Amino acid sequence: MSGNIWIVAEQWRGKLSEITFESLALGREVADGLGVKLQAVLLGHDVQNLSTSLGMADSVIYVDHTELADPGASAQASALAQLVRQQKPRTVIVPLTNVSLGTGTLLGEQVGAPVVNFCKDLRAADGHIVADCVLYGGKIEATVTPRGDLTVIGLWPGSRPPDKGRSDRNPPVETQTVTFADQPSVKLRSYIEPDASDVDITQQDVLVAVGRGIQSQENVALAEELAASLGGAVCGSRPVIDQGWLPLSRQVGKSGLNVKPKLYLALGISGAPEHLEGMKDAPLIVAVNSDPDAPIFNVAHYGVVADAMDMIPTLKETVLALRG
Amino acid sequence: MHDPAAAEYFGLPGFAYLWLFALVSFFLFGRRVWRYIQTLIEARNEPRWDQIPRRLGVFGLDVLAQRKLLREPVIGVAHFLIFWAFVVFAVSFFWNLIRGLLPFLPIPYADDVSWMAAVLTVMGVLGLAALIVAAVRRYIFPPAGLEKSGDATLILSLIAIVLLTSLLGQATKESSPQLAQALWWVHMATVLGFLAYLPYSKHLHLLASPFGVLFGALQPGGIPPPSEGASFRDDFTWRQLFSGLACAECGRCERGCPAFQSGEPLSPKVLMHHFKELVRSPSLVRDGDGVIGNQVQQEDIWGCRTCLACMDRCPVANEHIPIIVEMRRFLISQGTVDAHLQSTLVNLTRYGNSFGASPRTRAKWTQNLEFKPKDARKEKVEYLWFVGDYASFDARLQPVVQATARLFHEASLDFGILYDGENNSGNDVRRVGEEGLFDMLREKNRHAFDKSSFDRIVTTDPHSFQALKNEYGESNGHVQHYTQLVDHLIDDGKLTVGKRLGIKATYHDPCYLGRYNGVYDAPRRILNRIGVEMVEMPRNRADSYCCGAGGGRIWMEDVPCSKERPAESRVREAAALPGVETLVVSCPKDLVMFQDALKTTGLEDKLVVKDLVELVEQSCRPDKERVECPT
Amino acid sequence: MNILVLLRMVPDVVEELEIAPDGRTLDTEYLRMIVNESDDHALEQALILKERKGGKVTVLALDAPDVDDVLFSAVAKGADRVMKIEGGDGGVTTRAAAGMFAEIIRNEKDLQPFDIVLTGVQAIDDLDALVAPILSHRLGLPYLAIVTKVTPDATGKSVTAIREFAGGVRGEFDVPLPAVLGIQAAEKPPRYVPVAKVRAAMKTSKIESIGVPTMADGGQPLLDVSHMRKPVVSGHAQMLDGEPEDVSKKLAGIFTERGLL
Repeated sequence: MSGNIWIVAEQWRGKLSEITFESLALGREVADGLGVKLQAVLLGHDVQNLSTSLGMADSVIYVDHTELADPGASAQASALAQLVRQQKPRTVIVPLTNVSLGTGTLLGEQVGAPVVNFCKDLRAADGHIVADCVLYGGKIEATVTPRGDLTVIGLWPGSRPPDKGRSDRNPPVETQTVTFADQPSVKLRSYIEPDASDVDITQQDVLVAVGRGIQSQENVALAEELAASLGGAVCGSRPVIDQGWLPLSRQVGKSGLNVKPKLYLALGISGAPEHLEGMKDAPLIVAVNSDPDAPIFNVAHYGVVADAMDMIPTLKETVLALRG
Repeated sequence: MHDPAAAEYFGLPGFAYLWLFALVSFFLFGRRVWRYIQTLIEARNEPRWDQIPRRLGVFGLDVLAQRKLLREPVIGVAHFLIFWAFVVFAVSFFWNLIRGLLPFLPIPYADDVSWMAAVLTVMGVLGLAALIVAAVRRYIFPPAGLEKSGDATLILSLIAIVLLTSLLGQATKESSPQLAQALWWVHMATVLGFLAYLPYSKHLHLLASPFGVLFGALQPGGIPPPSEGASFRDDFTWRQLFSGLACAECGRCERGCPAFQSGEPLSPKVLMHHFKELVRSPSLVRDGDGVIGNQVQQEDIWGCRTCLACMDRCPVANEHIPIIVEMRRFLISQGTVDAHLQSTLVNLTRYGNSFGASPRTRAKWTQNLEFKPKDARKEKVEYLWFVGDYASFDARLQPVVQATARLFHEASLDFGILYDGENNSGNDVRRVGEEGLFDMLREKNRHAFDKSSFDRIVTTDPHSFQALKNEYGESNGHVQHYTQLVDHLIDDGKLTVGKRLGIKATYHDPCYLGRYNGVYDAPRRILNRIGVEMVEMPRNRADSYCCGAGGGRIWMEDVPCSKERPAESRVREAAALPGVETLVVSCPKDLVMFQDALKTTGLEDKLVVKDLVELVEQSCRPDKERVECPT
Repeated sequence: MNILVLLRMVPDVVEELEIAPDGRTLDTEYLRMIVNESDDHALEQALILKERKGGKVTVLALDAPDVDDVLFSAVAKGADRVMKIEGGDGGVTTRAAAGMFAEIIRNEKDLQPFDIVLTGVQAIDDLDALVAPILSHRLGLPYLAIVTKVTPDATGKSVTAIREFAGGVRGEFDVPLPAVLGIQAAEKPPRYVPVAKVRAAMKTSKIESIGVPTMADGGQPLLDVSHMRKPVVSGHAQMLDGEPEDVSKKLAGIFTERGLL
């Protein structure tokens, strides 16, 4: 067995995702710790050019197939399983993102290997892999040791800064072929693009983000007034979008957008990992939440324990008064 | 004057014409009224035949003495006179009718009896004067909610004709018997026409309302009998449908309604109007469409605060709130609730509180006290203090709930709380129509009561007070609101007034303490004793104006309104009182609502909102005072 | 349409989670269980499909505290049949749970034929697997994750499903039936079911009990959790105290400092 560390490079619509570089940075540390090689697996169709960005890996395994053109857990897992059986890596790091969700579990299932989800950190200890995982919506962390020779890691975004995974080096590419069994599978008919006519929240300097704590659609309107006073826009976490109080184009987090405004004002957002993923890099995060233990306070720079509804009107007045 | 019934007209005796008119009139009247009665018989039953003596007492006050009408004095007196003129003239009419129809009876006509003639004259003159007052009010100074309708004009005119023809008839009896005779016929024909027209008019109230009062709700709870809700005509109880017939569309309900006054869609008067149509129109039955979504919209149904202002002032004892609750039950049974209310109900089901907080944190507020309140489930106590959700969980109420605990402690009151064994009392749950959840919460609380040992219950929240006192059945024992208890503690010398506060304040009567349970004096007595100069707001005691939170509204999304929200209107009312800087409340929801309203109205510099208990603590524990005096 | 819905109970994070003395598991003393949120959405989506296309909704759940309430409330909402897998020693991992679901779906003849299996896309305790992919593999069925809408096609042999990607982009998929879908959110939030209806369901309906199937792999966990802890917070916000007015002024000051105002 090769015993190498693999990372699955996530590419979608011809681009590599940030998590690919986070995986590379993390994988590099682990591979070096174990004294093995780091290999990046790139699956897709006509995307070999992307391999040049994967120089942090010692080498790239590239598989080109039309079945892999668009992300699909079944095809990806099947391709990975074939490669794994051939080359026997010790660890396969698969992103746990909305693009790759399901691939890790299916791969583990197909090759009979343990899967470790929600992994936020990974290290080598005594020749083994030890993972730190985020459980119960971020309320608990667990240290996990997988059994067996092969482990699939479902990697949570944010484990390492992506820049640490970038390299100018052009890695050697090894092309592999895989086959797919002829069985019924889901087919992507078309993509549905977000409403482009709406405000682009990734381009805003100030975002006022509302969560479950906002309680009603009418209060979203109040948040909009506050955002307007700050010269920004309103965005929201998943529950607010699911209620239909804000359009999909305003969603921050896993299924939505990653944002990095100059000010991110989080109102009534508890800070589920899925949301934090989309905003944790903003240079100024202010959180208002009635629960003093809300995880949002762990990423925020300033925190206020209060009902968001009590803060919105006063803050708006104060800002407006300052602006004259 | 000759006997008008005996006189011949066009070859036939007068009584023949009278028979004809009377038969036609009574036929038209009877056919219509019978249809109403049939509808009511077919409707769901709601027993209202109990406690007849008490019902007769209410009848005496609200029908004979016109108590509720006199709350608006000018039109009240006018209506009183018109009512009694009507009674006198009705007696005279039937007397004359019987005499006219049966000419062989050896009795005189009513106005031929001298004392009756005198009564008729006096009541006729007073009645006409009252009609002028009513007409001036209606056409020149109409109050809000009173619409100028052709129907009203017609009825006022008919009454005037009836009175005038009688008065003039008497006056011309000697001088011009022919004219008097003609006037007699005009009088009789007008009354018979009136009778035939009555069941089609809103003035059916003059027949229906005495029955409405007689069969009114004796206990103001606003909760209809068990049902799965109502949208179709046959789903409502007869008494609910009857409200439509009794309504005179006087608009008193609208003038007290917090939803209507804030410009929200709900109008209790229009609701009654729809119910009138519902009873009248035979097409609106089960197979057709329900009321909801047609005559009555969801915004109307959810707009109600169940503050009881409409029912309390309704002169004909109509039951707006039970009708609303029936329709809410229907919507709940369909799962049609707004997102905020839904998550609150889910929280209540799961955690027993509306905040969605862990039940284990219910008594977290006790952590900063210098003593630990007893756990009534483990130790015997005299008073079980039922704290309620808002006081337990809302950060803004922590000073209030802690002050209450310290005062009880200071008074050496033997009290305890249920800690995580307490659940929401269910008052508002019931009023949003989630009766099943109310039952569940009541069972849980009763279970906790059963496990505890106590003599009396004291509540912080007037809503809990209503539920525990009047809606928990057997176990209601001795339930007091904390204002009543503090009043007694001061009375008994257990709490000593230390410092007279010397401030000017006004007091807001919470709906569920005042209108629902008649507790008006205890809080005022306390304020007086601690040296607060009380200035009443124009809307005080039973006329108190709801803060807008009740009936579950505090858990719902706000509906668009065109005017000031109830709490805003109320704080303005308080702030307008000269020299008053403190608005005193005795309900946790009031504190929250009014504090918010101070912010939105910008009156924060003029007024502070204080719970009564905070002021009592300032007076009774001045050295340990934790709350600041308003400056 | 014959729809199978799989439900699991997860710890309710409204309650403070405590770690057991062994340091490796949750303390069960104060643990309260609640239905996995996305499983609840899966049930809602199933009910919507049934309302639209007719058919039958069968709910299959793993035994856990309070699961009966969830199943009766599923009946009250419109589920036709509710079943509970009983007799395990509790505390199974997601992978083992998915294996049990697969065994039962394969072996219980009266669950056949089915058109679609809906379950939540993910749960907060899915440490060692996600249910839907395992199920799809063991039953040999197509799989799609992060689904937010399912519309039956005219043929009855496939459905159109909307799945989320990132950045607000979604995809419309053609899903041949039978299939396993991981539901992220139903088309509309789960409906309210009045308590009286749930109580009525408790009286009139029955939860069928199924024994835990014997698993070929023994259902042994492939992971060792060596340590559980509350997250050590590396950075924590600087907390601003005071009345809203004071806090607002402080915040406005910070905004001005950063040149935002």
